[in-house]
Amino acid sequence: MHIVVCVKQVHDPEVAPALFTINEATNAVVSVAGLAQVISPYDEQAIEAALRMKDKKPDTKITVLTIGAASAREVLKHALSMGADEAILVNISAGVLLDSYATAKFLHEAVNKIGSFDLILAGRQSADLDAGVVGNGLAELLHIPAITFAKRIEVVESKVVVDRVVDNGSEKIETTLPALITVSNEIGAARKPNLRETMRASRKPTQSWTQADLSKEPMEATEELIKLFIPKKEKHCEFLAGTSAAEQASLLVRKLRDARLI
Amino acid sequence: MTGDTKSKSILVIAEVVDKALAPITFELLSLASKLAEQSGGQVGAIVFDNQETTRRALIAAGADHIFYQENESSVDADVLTAAIVQTIANNAFEAILFGHNAFGSDLAPRVAFRSSGSIATNCESTSFEGGYFVGKRVCYGGKARGIVRLRKNPAVITVRSGSAAPAEQDSGRAGVETPIKADFSVARSQLVDRQSEDLRGLRLETAKIVIAGGRGLGGPEGFKVLESVAQKLGAAVGASRVACDLGWCSPSMQIGLTGKTIIPDLYIAVGISGASQHMAGCAAARTIVAINTDPDAPIFMDANIGIVGDYKELLPKIVEEIGRLNS
Ligand SMILES: Cc1cc2nc3c(=O)[nH]c(=O)nc-3n(C[C@H](O)[C@H](O)[C@H](O)COP(=O)(O)OP(=O)(O)OC[C@H]3O[C@@H](n4cnc5c(N)ncnc54)[C@H](O)[C@@H]3O)c2cc1C
Ligand SMILES: Nc1ncnc2c1ncn2[C@@H]1O[C@H](COP(=O)(O)O)[C@@H](O)[C@H]1O
Repeated sequence: MHIVVCVKQVHDPEVAPALFTINEATNAVVSVAGLAQVISPYDEQAIEAALRMKDKKPDTKITVLTIGAASAREVLKHALSMGADEAILVNISAGVLLDSYATAKFLHEAVNKIGSFDLILAGRQSADLDAGVVGNGLAELLHIPAITFAKRIEVVESKVVVDRVVDNGSEKIETTLPALITVSNEIGAARKPNLRETMRASRKPTQSWTQADLSKEPMEATEELIKLFIPKKEKHCEFLAGTSAAEQASLLVRKLRDARLI
Repeated sequence: MTGDTKSKSILVIAEVVDKALAPITFELLSLASKLAEQSGGQVGAIVFDNQETTRRALIAAGADHIFYQENESSVDADVLTAAIVQTIANNAFEAILFGHNAFGSDLAPRVAFRSSGSIATNCESTSFEGGYFVGKRVCYGGKARGIVRLRKNPAVITVRSGSAAPAEQDSGRAGVETPIKADFSVARSQLVDRQSEDLRGLRLETAKIVIAGGRGLGGPEGFKVLESVAQKLGAAVGASRVACDLGWCSPSMQIGLTGKTIIPDLYIAVGISGASQHMAGCAAARTIVAINTDPDAPIFMDANIGIVGDYKELLPKIVEEIGRLNS
């Protein structure tokens, strides 16, 4: 079985708010020196999902695919050190922000160039754009079925069975391969890179393609980012005085009662 | 730059849960009516349900034209996508509104790509400006907002709950009703099983008071303590993602970017640090109380009232105080 996992490099989503700034002239997040970019967390969990399938079926091949600047090699290295087998970078210039449509279209071209696959995994959403569009978009372009928000994936012969998270519950859905699945955090924590795979990583096949290798068509953006900004916080926290828990509790309850909130 | 100036109609994708229209549908109708006023079009609604009461409610809430599924209902994404795409094409809808939840987030990209339109997900408001539909998106884990102009119609937009007041109901309104038939033959997957959580107690989305716990609770026992306070207050119980991921509580209790968006009058965050991804789901609460041992926890930047302290000591005292007040 051949699994392609789509991964994206993002600014660390858990960066402290004080270190998160936006350049208003370019509508882009300012890279903070010394703060590494990371693999988008759901994509890391998508690799984990693929590795669990490989644990069960060792003849599974996992290819990780990313569109990004040269720095995105780091996330590919990370994926290979977790246990993925091959990596492909579609190299675009640093600072180019692709919209979801263009990203899906590029991934489509890249998947066509890869040739054959049984399963494509993506994250439920990227941790920078928080869009959740590219996975299903890619499936549409490839004309394959898509199942979103997976918390468990099992391949049984030519079928894949997915437990997915829905509002207030879950569903079990079955479809035939090839298919695309987007992975949610409920799938569980991703494994850490291990020594054996890390040592082998530099010898695993890694390719670098450029836009010109994929498509001659100019990319038409359908979404135009007019403005990116940090919303202002207007709240002022009133810390309750009181030297004991009993005193604080009494202050709080009285305050809430006075405000008719309880 | 301006788009073309002909009038543009808006299609709302209605959602039915337990035989009733979901609250988000009424918010979408209210947004759609505003957009339609600006774009000069009509408001349509598509609903995968054939109850007459549903259609009446949709019209009363602002829909001019209802498309309802008259044959047996389906939850299959391919079946629903095909029906929506067909309805858009047949009736020249130029903006499509979904709720930003599991239902809408799953379908919206499919519809956008298959209709060769454009898409903005995770929006907290929408507008029609200079001939284009525009969405204000939550991004970078809730730390930023992006204003996105959709340059190609149909413009597909998913809207977070709490983005608009629900549409007012006017039972005197009239509307056109068109039955549609879903084509089951387009389904490529099969639903094997569906588990709905038994929604004991109050629903997070509609509760006036919500008390939520995070990693600071230290374990599932902490949620028992929260429940005892919740009972006293008539509150629903929520959680941070970490608490859900650790298995201390049910995933459906998650509040935040990828969990529920709530706008209670009172939100009490206990042992929650206040990460932007969490606050994306609750920052709009009218009053936020934070209980945290760390005076520098970011939650205090969003809170109105803060208590620096250990929840294990505070909550029992709070229960006592409420008891005293009520007696
Ligand atoms: C892509 C992405 C999406 C995400 N989506 C969501 C989401 O939808 N919802 C969500 O919640 N998170 C989400 N997260 C996770 C988020 O970034 C934070 O990691 C998470 O919200 C932190 O949970 P927490 O506050 O419970 O834990 P922590 O950040 O560990 O905070 C625990 C807090 O408890 C306090 N504490 C400890 N002991 C006590 C005590 N005895 N009494 C009182 N206080 C105490 C500590 O001081 C600390 O502030 C997402 C993350 C990513 C990367
Ligand atoms: N530049 C990219 N390269 C590879 N995969 C991507 C890229 N952007 C998005 N994806 C995939 O699509 C998913 C959803 O992204 P988004 O639609 O941006 O939220 C991500 O979790 C990735 O799996």
